[in-house]
Amino acid sequence: MTDPVNEILAPSRVSDRAGAQRVPVSGDVQAGSAAAPVVLQDAMPRHDVSVQGLTKNFGQTPIFADVSFRLLRGEAVALVGANGTGKSTLLRCLLGLIPASSGTVEVLGRRITDARSADLRVLRCRTGLVSQKHNLVPRLSVLSNVLHGLLGSHSGPRYWSQSFAPLPARRAAIDALEQVGLANLASRRADRLSGGQSQRVAIARALVAKPQLLIADEPCASLDPAAGEEVMALFFKLVRENGVTVVFTSHHVDHALDYGDRVIGLAGGKLALDATAASLTASDLRGLYD
Amino acid sequence: MTDHSLPRRLERPSALAFLGYVVAIVIVIWAFQGAGFSLDKVLTSPPRFADFMSRAFPPNLESEVMARLGRKMVETLQIAFAGAVLGVILSLPVALLAARGLIAGPWINGIVRNILGFIRAVPDIAWALVFVVAVGLGPFAGTLAIMIDTIGFCGRFFADDMEAVDKGPSEALTATGARRLDITACATLPAAAPAFVSTALYALEKAVRSSTILGLVGAGGIGIELKVGFDLFDYPTAMTVILMIAVVVIAIEALSTWARKTIIGEQR
Ligand SMILES: Nc1ncnc2c1ncn2[C@@H]1O[C@H](COP(=O)(O)OP(=O)(O)O)[C@@H](O)[C@H]1O
Ligand SMILES: [Mg+2]
Repeated sequence: MTDPVNEILAPSRVSDRAGAQRVPVSGDVQAGSAAAPVVLQDAMPRHDVSVQGLTKNFGQTPIFADVSFRLLRGEAVALVGANGTGKSTLLRCLLGLIPASSGTVEVLGRRITDARSADLRVLRCRTGLVSQKHNLVPRLSVLSNVLHGLLGSHSGPRYWSQSFAPLPARRAAIDALEQVGLANLASRRADRLSGGQSQRVAIARALVAKPQLLIADEPCASLDPAAGEEVMALFFKLVRENGVTVVFTSHHVDHALDYGDRVIGLAGGKLALDATAASLTASDLRGLYD
Repeated sequence: MTDHSLPRRLERPSALAFLGYVVAIVIVIWAFQGAGFSLDKVLTSPPRFADFMSRAFPPNLESEVMARLGRKMVETLQIAFAGAVLGVILSLPVALLAARGLIAGPWINGIVRNILGFIRAVPDIAWALVFVVAVGLGPFAGTLAIMIDTIGFCGRFFADDMEAVDKGPSEALTATGARRLDITACATLPAAAPAFVSTALYALEKAVRSSTILGLVGAGGIGIELKVGFDLFDYPTAMTVILMIAVVVIAIEALSTWARKTIIGEQR
């Protein structure tokens, strides 16, 4: 999918830097010589997420230990587990929103577990987060909220409100709203939306910067079943169209199997399951949910 | 069947709690002693108070006195508004530095919060005295006193307001690589805005109340008339001033309550 708006918008997008490192050169074994230590050595096939021995404690309380898994580009992986097993915590560790206790996380070719905050920010220009709560800013317009999804690559007061934003950015935001079918509500205040609409706006905000990796933590948990199904279907239609790699959680067994290519499961502070969705049945997963 | 025996009506206090009560009572007695509390004076005061009232009533409502006091009251409100507006505006950057986990590190948070604590600890009338020395007698000294008092109040409470907002939107923007300043501007400030309005209106009420007495130390406003009235035993005029202040303060409080409702009430 060509994206002229984003090209105009982002002449110096960070993705170009990472993109340059992404090209695999066959037979070129320069194990960590020239490349900085944060760069994942490229090997085919490419992993967008690579978690090794990840352990997280809150103070003295262990949440999970020695979790390892990898995600291929464009893969959608469902993370399942009972309430309180640490799914949200694990997802936050993936984006460096909270520090891991030990182990390494590499995302989009960069090690985040010991990255400086400036490096983390550069990396996060290519990631996004959709949570159970839509987390829109209530008093601002829908369009401004979506526009804020561009702040990673476009900093400064002009991008704080749609009123002052440059035309390409406003276009990008309205296009993202179009994708979730809400362009007609662009100037409505975010707190005047229904739950389903809010979540769709949150998805537009997560997608507007064309991220490579999206984290979705129970994106439909706060919605009624019908609206929830709609949001899940829309979300996965968009991420598949754009080739986005996704890690998501849902408290519906069916979602994990319907939308995930693979399912990983947390239980008892360990990674208890890692299998393709096709090889699993709903009853295989039920045990992990309680 | 389990036996539900009723708990005792009164729990016996622990030794430590008992000691606490004793200490508290001793402190109260000690305070009354130091405060020059005298039953004698209390008993003899009603006649003297009645005497004051009889001399103060009816309040002086002569048109030329009213005009003079009116002008002074307008000046008082000007001091209050100018000082409060300046203070609120300056409080914003100060609060950004004082709010924990926003844009400044814990060291700066701590230093700024301590300075704000110091500003609040010094009474407004003392600030007025300081500014009278610094910029001379008159309303400008009062305006500066109100301004600094407002910074002490709003700087702290704006910071608290920002710390209290829902962290969800900030986290969502953090996950897209936004910088702290952008996150603050786009997620934290809009969410804290209603609380800011409320806090700023309280600051204005407080400023009006303060500004009415700044005149006592020559920092402008109607307070000077109160002092002169008592100094010259012109109790009717002093009474007019007191009533005028009461009416204006009550009116400002009502106005502020109304404004608070109209500005932020419609949000939910
Ligand atoms: N910031 C935190 N500090 C301390 N404990 C936390 C924190 N966040 C989550 N926890 C604890 O970690 C555990 C896992 O939480 P969470 O990751 O939200 O689980 P899940 O998303 O699987 O329901 C819970 O017991 C929770 O109480
Ligand atoms: Mg959770």
